[in-house]
Amino acid sequence: MAYWNQKVECASREELDKIASQNLANTVRRVYENVPFYRNKMDEMGIKPEDIKSVKDLHRLPFTLKQDLRDNYPYGLFACPLDDVVRIHASSGTTCKQPVVGYTQEDIDLWAEVVARAIVAAGGTKQDFIHVSYGYGLFTGGLGLHYGAEKVGASVIPVATGNTKRQIQIMVDFGSSILCCTPSYALYLAESLREAGIDPSTLKLKSGIFGAEPWSENMRLEIEKSLGINAYDIYGLSEIIGPGVSFECECKNGMHVNEDHFIPEVVDPETGEVLPDGEMGELVFTCVTKRALPLIRYRTRDIASLTRETCKCGRTLVRMSRPCGRTDDMLIIRGVNVFPSQIESVLLEMGQTAPHYLIIVDRVDNLDRMQVLIEMSDSLFSDEIRKIEEVEANIRKNIESTLGISAEVKLVEPKTIERSEGKAKRVIDKRKI
Amino acid sequence: MTVKQLSIFVENKPGRLARVTDILAKGGIDIRALSVADTTDYGILRLIVSDPIKACELLKGAEYTVKLTDVIVVELEDEVGALARMLALLDSHGISVEYLYAFIGRDKGKAYIIIRVEDNIKAVDILSGNGYSVTKEEEIYKI
Repeated sequence: MAYWNQKVECASREELDKIASQNLANTVRRVYENVPFYRNKMDEMGIKPEDIKSVKDLHRLPFTLKQDLRDNYPYGLFACPLDDVVRIHASSGTTCKQPVVGYTQEDIDLWAEVVARAIVAAGGTKQDFIHVSYGYGLFTGGLGLHYGAEKVGASVIPVATGNTKRQIQIMVDFGSSILCCTPSYALYLAESLREAGIDPSTLKLKSGIFGAEPWSENMRLEIEKSLGINAYDIYGLSEIIGPGVSFECECKNGMHVNEDHFIPEVVDPETGEVLPDGEMGELVFTCVTKRALPLIRYRTRDIASLTRETCKCGRTLVRMSRPCGRTDDMLIIRGVNVFPSQIESVLLEMGQTAPHYLIIVDRVDNLDRMQVLIEMSDSLFSDEIRKIEEVEANIRKNIESTLGISAEVKLVEPKTIERSEGKAKRVIDKRKI
Repeated sequence: MTVKQLSIFVENKPGRLARVTDILAKGGIDIRALSVADTTDYGILRLIVSDPIKACELLKGAEYTVKLTDVIVVELEDEVGALARMLALLDSHGISVEYLYAFIGRDKGKAYIIIRVEDNIKAVDILSGNGYSVTKEEEIYKI
């Protein structure tokens, strides 16, 4: 068994709770003193920082919603002077007012620490060549894995996304031993290797750390078989830190939450009531060590359950199940978060008054494909094909610049998209994950 | 000097054209000329009909996206080279034709060209000034 930080990862439950409790109390005091949003909320609820002594008091604190980040856009929830911030990231799907997250140097270091734990749990050592095919940029995937890999002392190959031919060339020539990307891209790479006539067993590849989108046990088996590697899940969200909030070990039986930094809870999405271990509900995280953006009880909208049983790997860190759904209508397409309302805003901006649209998501040859059906309206119509094609091209371009991923746009006749009573059906997800 | 043309958005799916023409038939609308411009996924059905306003209302009532566009109908001798001469005339005045289609009149020896240009007034002026007869709306149904 290899651990990056055995002292914490295998600490006793009492020890873990003690660390978390101390950190929680300190953080609550810090946000009360430095973030007006939290001070106001706590004052309204009649909670003083000194009321929060241990993790048992966590449930008394207010929730933080994604909307709160938007309302305090961009830096309103930061708990440190902006001078101390050394890095900014933002949620993927870059519309305006998407949550902005900041990191101090200490935050960057702790992020590297939690990712290092994940890499070591996936068999990584300083001898490895870690091939990072996540996006680099405002998205946290690329840089998150990058810094973790450097922390371990491995050699990072920051390939980033795209250009599959080049990815394969680099894998062959540079001897990539650990692949980090979305699970669907891993399958796509496997397929591309096969097409290029390269036998994966001739590569140095031994394991993969896959995340940023939902996947299943079947996909894991397929990746492991087609690439001849061990495939590990990694979970995270930029609001909390990015990848590395939790990670899988060789037991592949749930993801260990780095609870000395991020305390997890599972709550009833309707009532907000904390649910016991083992029950499915909405995942909520409290950041207890971060300096720049220590969010309190952040509602992730991901549905999962927790277990505190000690894992066969020896780690005692609480484990979360693989998220099995969302409490909102967010889609994850090619690793990018997409809200149907973003498509709506594109159409509204183009002068559509009440756009009727339907998003159809499918997975073809292991790549997600998004099609947007839009009902033809007087404002889009013309007697000339050329002008309609211009309209289509504009919609396509605006969707791509709003979401960060491309979509196929198809105009359909009015009233042909199904109307259901009450809420309009906006999404058909045909992917079998 | 222009004629109202109906443009209808129709998806490329079986039975769609049949449905549009059925609505017009039931409304007693006579079709004088038609053309379809199509792409992979959809087409624009363009029609010259006996009562464009009524036809437009009928189709809108059936949830179609419909547009009325002013087009020019030019009468030509039905003979070799007549269309080429008329297009050369427009071209020599810098008028580009977005699209056109044609039908043959009931009177022997006449052809009618429906043309869509950006500037109708200028095009009609040039055509009339060069001896072409541009058909008026009230005349189109007598052809």
